[in-house]
Amino acid sequence: MVKEIYRRAAAGTHPANLSEGYKSTPGRAPRRPAVVLPHTLSEITGPLLASERLDALENDLTRQRMGPPLGERIIVHGRVLDEDGKPVPRALVEIWQCNAAGRYHHPGDQHDAPLDPNFYGGGRARADEEGRYHFITIKPGAYPWKNHYNAWRPAHIHFSLFGPAFATRLITQMYFPNDPLLPFDPIYNSVPEGARHRLQAAFDLDSTRPEWALAYRFDIVLRGRNATPME
Amino acid sequence: MTKGLTPSQTVGPFYFGTLVTAYRQDLAPPNVAGERVEIVLSLHDAEGVAVPDGVFEIWQANSHGRYNHPDDRRNLPLDAGFEGFGRVSTWRDGSSRFSTVKPGRVPWPGGGMQAPHVNVSIFARGLLNRLATRLYFDGDPANAEDPVLQMIEPARRATLLAKRDGKGAWFLPIHLGGPNETVFFDC
Repeated sequence: MVKEIYRRAAAGTHPANLSEGYKSTPGRAPRRPAVVLPHTLSEITGPLLASERLDALENDLTRQRMGPPLGERIIVHGRVLDEDGKPVPRALVEIWQCNAAGRYHHPGDQHDAPLDPNFYGGGRARADEEGRYHFITIKPGAYPWKNHYNAWRPAHIHFSLFGPAFATRLITQMYFPNDPLLPFDPIYNSVPEGARHRLQAAFDLDSTRPEWALAYRFDIVLRGRNATPME
Repeated sequence: MTKGLTPSQTVGPFYFGTLVTAYRQDLAPPNVAGERVEIVLSLHDAEGVAVPDGVFEIWQANSHGRYNHPDDRRNLPLDAGFEGFGRVSTWRDGSSRFSTVKPGRVPWPGGGMQAPHVNVSIFARGLLNRLATRLYFDGDPANAEDPVLQMIEPARRATLLAKRDGKGAWFLPIHLGGPNETVFFDC
């Protein structure tokens, strides 16, 4: 029986746990190397959340409140794929983000920017059989944080994916192409240089809806399976 | 391989909304078979300080040792209403509580069985990657032959063993660093 059902991430993919520049990591990053587990049923199964019922408007963050939120309406869409380019069908995609002014609808966010009563900032979508997902939202603002002097987070949308297995669980952040804040952001730059660009969405004119909203495309690639059969 | 894997990023401190409204604290409706257990996890940084802005997720087999997943093809019962997934953010004291049933044993590749265990994911501000660990039940006779526990140096095994907390719950502190750093897995 093959003990590596899902491929291990290649070196140079994920950030190091201890990442110089991101000041919250030293107190929280484990120092000992992770113990490599063979893949058993515990790792190759995982929550598919197939019974989780999504309301029709959960993927439209501009229609969850009484009126439309302020800011630039955008379409964010893409596919959930594995490393072989195969779709991850019916994947649950969760997102959350701040409003156009750079403020989260969260009691812990004390940034001096207005809350928008018409923007909550959380959404969910269920990918289709081809792994395609689709959100309508507003473009999140940049906001300051206290990591270092004059630190600003580039505009970003948080993404949460389960994929087919416990081993494929992923939480990440999507950024906007060529954001001038990207070179200065320690969280974005915690990702090894060769892989960082994968977190930038692509501007997508073909999916842009004329007279209505710009579109950005963000494909998410989860771990692929080894070709060898399980048993 | 044709596609580059999407890199991980931190959950950050503001994972409200979807992550927290879609939380699941109670995994097992009353009809689900098995021994009822309360599990309390708590999250601590390298200095031992509670982490109040983390998220725990758990994933487990049912009491028959069957995962509710198409890749578990064994002929064992599934329990209606039991998916085996839980998610709770941490309180001010770093703790999260789950109500569930004790999982059954699942096989080890190549032979033998694993001891009952719960798979745990940890997310928090300052964690750039998902951390994965396991919770085992202290005193379970199957622990002595569990292949994963045997892989770990004896002095560190206790970091995976939940103990009864006096009120009947199984309690396991997770230490992100320091002398009692929890064993984390590359899974």
